Amino acid sequence: MMLLPCPWCGPRHAGEFRFHGAAGTRPDPATTTPEQWRRYLYVHDNPRGWQTESWYHSAGCRRFLTVERNTLTHEVRSARDTQLDAAPNAAEDAR
Amino acid sequence: MSILPTSRRARSATGAGGAGGPAPMRLAPREGEVIDRKRSVEFRWNGTPYTGHPGDTIVSALAAAGERVFSRSYKYHRPRGVLTASYLDPGAMVQVGDEPNVRAAHRLVAAGMDVRSQNTWPSLRYDVKAVNGLVERFLATGFYYKTFIKPEPLWPLYEKVLRTFVHAGEIPPDSAPGCYDQRYAHPDVVVAGGGPAGMAAAVAAARAGATVMLVEEEHQLGGHLRFGGPAERARLRELAAAVAAQPGIEVLTDAVVEARYDDNWIPIVARSLPGIDERLIKARAGTLVVAPGLVERPYVFAGNDLPGVMLSTAARRLINLYAVRPGHRAVVLTANPEGDAAVADLESAGVEVAAVVDARRGETVTAAHGRHGVRAVELGDGRRVEADLLVTAVGWTAPTSLLNQSGDQPVYDPRAARFRPDPARMPDDVLAAGGIAGDGDLDQLVAHADAVGREAARRAGAAGGAGAGSAVAVPSLAVDEHPELFSAGTGGFVDLSEDVSAKDITTAVAEGYDSVELAKRYTTATMGPTQGKLETVNTVAILAAATGRSIAETGTTTWRPMYAPITLGALAGRPHQPVRYSPMQPWHERHGAVPLVAGQWIRPEHYGDPAAEVTAVRTGVGIIDVTPIGKLDLQGPDVAKLLELLYVNKWQKLGIGRVRYGVMCAEDGVVLDDGVTGRLGEQHYLMSTTSSGAATVWEWVENWLQTAHPDWRVHVTPVTTAYASINIAGPRSRDLLARLTTDVDLSAEAFGYMNVRTGTVAGIADCVLWRIGFTGELSYEIHVPASYGLHVWQRLLDAGADLGVRPFGVEAQRVLRLEKGHAIVGQDTDGLTQAFSAGVDELIKLDKPDFLGKPELVWQHQRGTHPRLVGLQPLDGSIVPPEASQILDRAGGIAGRVTSSRMSPTLGRAIGLAQLDPELAVVGTHVTVRLPDGSDVTAEVTERVHVDPQGERQRV
Ligand SMILES: [Zn+2]
Repeated sequence: MMLLPCPWCGPRHAGEFRFHGAAGTRPDPATTTPEQWRRYLYVHDNPRGWQTESWYHSAGCRRFLTVERNTLTHEVRSARDTQLDAAPNAAEDAR
Repeated sequence: MSILPTSRRARSATGAGGAGGPAPMRLAPREGEVIDRKRSVEFRWNGTPYTGHPGDTIVSALAAAGERVFSRSYKYHRPRGVLTASYLDPGAMVQVGDEPNVRAAHRLVAAGMDVRSQNTWPSLRYDVKAVNGLVERFLATGFYYKTFIKPEPLWPLYEKVLRTFVHAGEIPPDSAPGCYDQRYAHPDVVVAGGGPAGMAAAVAAARAGATVMLVEEEHQLGGHLRFGGPAERARLRELAAAVAAQPGIEVLTDAVVEARYDDNWIPIVARSLPGIDERLIKARAGTLVVAPGLVERPYVFAGNDLPGVMLSTAARRLINLYAVRPGHRAVVLTANPEGDAAVADLESAGVEVAAVVDARRGETVTAAHGRHGVRAVELGDGRRVEADLLVTAVGWTAPTSLLNQSGDQPVYDPRAARFRPDPARMPDDVLAAGGIAGDGDLDQLVAHADAVGREAARRAGAAGGAGAGSAVAVPSLAVDEHPELFSAGTGGFVDLSEDVSAKDITTAVAEGYDSVELAKRYTTATMGPTQGKLETVNTVAILAAATGRSIAETGTTTWRPMYAPITLGALAGRPHQPVRYSPMQPWHERHGAVPLVAGQWIRPEHYGDPAAEVTAVRTGVGIIDVTPIGKLDLQGPDVAKLLELLYVNKWQKLGIGRVRYGVMCAEDGVVLDDGVTGRLGEQHYLMSTTSSGAATVWEWVENWLQTAHPDWRVHVTPVTTAYASINIAGPRSRDLLARLTTDVDLSAEAFGYMNVRTGTVAGIADCVLWRIGFTGELSYEIHVPASYGLHVWQRLLDAGADLGVRPFGVEAQRVLRLEKGHAIVGQDTDGLTQAFSAGVDELIKLDKPDFLGKPELVWQHQRGTHPRLVGLQPLDGSIVPPEASQILDRAGGIAGRVTSSRMSPTLGRAIGLAQLDPELAVVGTHVTVRLPDGSDVTAEVTERVHVDPQGERQRV
């Protein structure tokens, strides 16, 4: 099991996290077709190489992290707090 | 029953054998022996008493007593003796007491051990030749795929026959449970292998400041130095003293580094520990030094599996470690200095060396002859030499498993006649030392390992940050030339564990299985308990010869974890499942509660009479401990937006002091959870979830807040165990609660159905009171600061004594809610149940612009073909169809299933809920329910609510 560098907790065993898959985009529910929606639900890229993923540090800080990971080597290029990245002020409040 | 008729005769002829008798093959005391002659150990082998010394392995003690045969082979039931005299020995798997598959050439004898041979089927009295003739017809190459496949109805019979071929011992059903535990460790450096290189690397790393785990498969450190000459033993003493002088080194003997996973996550199984059978150490190491030494490779020729054919290291182990003479008259096939050393050792042990066959001069051995053991050896020049021992020293295999698992792909070096690691492909946190890395004399190997150990410490950051300082210059090791010797081309066995012959490999190639991975699976070569460490390179070499390719072109199979077979006990460890109790649990236990395991929680299922508990709630008042209900405290200006997104129904207009029931779906429209949420203040809400869904919902909420709506201002606090929760239900519940509250007006006008208040209960402030109705009766759910839970529970019982208050458990609650037709998520729904199949149609607001799972529910509604959740009542009200009973359509197909069913104490008849296809889901329809015994009953589809359909009882 690899180590994931949590920005809050440091390098931690991957078993402490829950993998939420590649970061996807939710289709607009007002206009989506079944094909688009099912693609969002079930059909994901499975690249050999770099992928941007979502990991939840469930046994640690309980923050969702945006992780750039190489699926071939398990090298992690970056791991950032997802909410803090997108909305620094709201995330400050939430913590 | 004996499996050893010949050796038994030999023993009685010399008068040796039984307890305390002399051991005919035991030598006079030798320098370096590991046995304690001052003490004796008695044990039994197939029922007969034997004697060994502390330090003996099972095999060395039996060999000292003159035994040569320790097992029968897997397919052909050929006698098998010592091959390696080490953990890997394929002929030495035995049953010890109730422990199967014990490595008898590794396991030390202990007083009272009951050792039995495995795989002695049908029996040794049976003519072995006849057995061979019988089975060979069925056990052709690839027999797994050819024989016993058809006709299919005979499979149960085939399985019985095949079971007798499984070369495993037995676990008696009444065997005592073992004791296994687990441990986490964070050493800077793990050294896999405690030979001279591993010891030197560990010492160097520890001197550089690293914490080190030095892991050795055998019972002592030292590797091949242990069975070498005086110079090797002197060197071993020096190294052992250096290891002992380093407090930073933890030495684990009789322990195996099982695997290397990403970022040096390393499982180590350690045995021979006080008080436990095995311990699995989960180590996260800075660096891993792989130093397993080299494994001596067997030679493939006709008769190579006969007892008496053994490796040079096996002969030297028997002689030098255990003072056992491995035979009387020997032929030695040698291609290297270790083989030459074996000749000297044999002579020193009084073995007559009849012939030394030097492979470096092109000499060879073509066959061993004999029936129960070697009687004669046929040489390449046609000579036939009488001998009972044939010792081979034809080369080495690098056990590269841990390196392969680190991403390395070893490369075949024909000069050295072995696969070697490719340093360019090793990750920075894995290094190799010792024979696996290269050749050289002991000084060179130790100097190399010393540098590797220092570099391992540096890379682990033992002194300063990881990689601080400049890299240690690791000297390169030479690689000695060695003749390529794999097979004499006269037949014989490639894999002694699996009884795979050289002919099986060439047959597989002829049948088209010409890649190494295919031939491996087809023949099962390398798939036995030795996992290819003895067999892979010979398999590859024979395959290469048969296909006309080189060994390098042929490549090797993949070396996967585990390095050595691992017990399920070690993986399981001790059960450390945490359980959760409510603060009222001591009271429940004192009052006869029958415990129910509900996820992590232990809850009262009932207190002896669930039907009476139901009646108490319907007629008077009952209280139930509902502490496990999940509770999330939500605060902030955007909570309503969040609720609007999570739930299928509307929340924007929920007023302060009101609660509302909601259903959540996942994005596939499948029901995720349900519960009520109340608004306590302008920006303050309390959400409840199912008990089992509490953790899931919390993560679900955090996910949508943190990743999809990072700008929403909502603060989520899980308060499940901050509150003890009690539901007070029944027509007298208001009377009861009124006796304990002073600051909350409980009147119907002031505190109506689906409202929330905060106030004081039994003197405890800051309680949350919900007026809701899962049971269908007037009821209040109160959430009390957890440490006062037991106090409030007791006060409710005391204050309500004259009202007949009684506690009720989960079973009564299930009946009560079933009478009211309330679905339970996960019981009346499953992982495919979208919301319109959950009986909550009126709740789902498709006119909301968005909520989670909405598109799927729009489409579910449009299709209209989905199952419906309906009420069900068998016409014969005395029959309760078990939950999961299937409901048949008119053609006899499956049209649905019973999701909940109980005998209703209120109605005096069976009631249920069912998932049912839409064409049958019409009230008044009669359907057929198939019971588990195959009989059918007729039931009527009803409204879901069986009791008080108008809800008058809960709105009073
Ligand atoms: Zn964290």
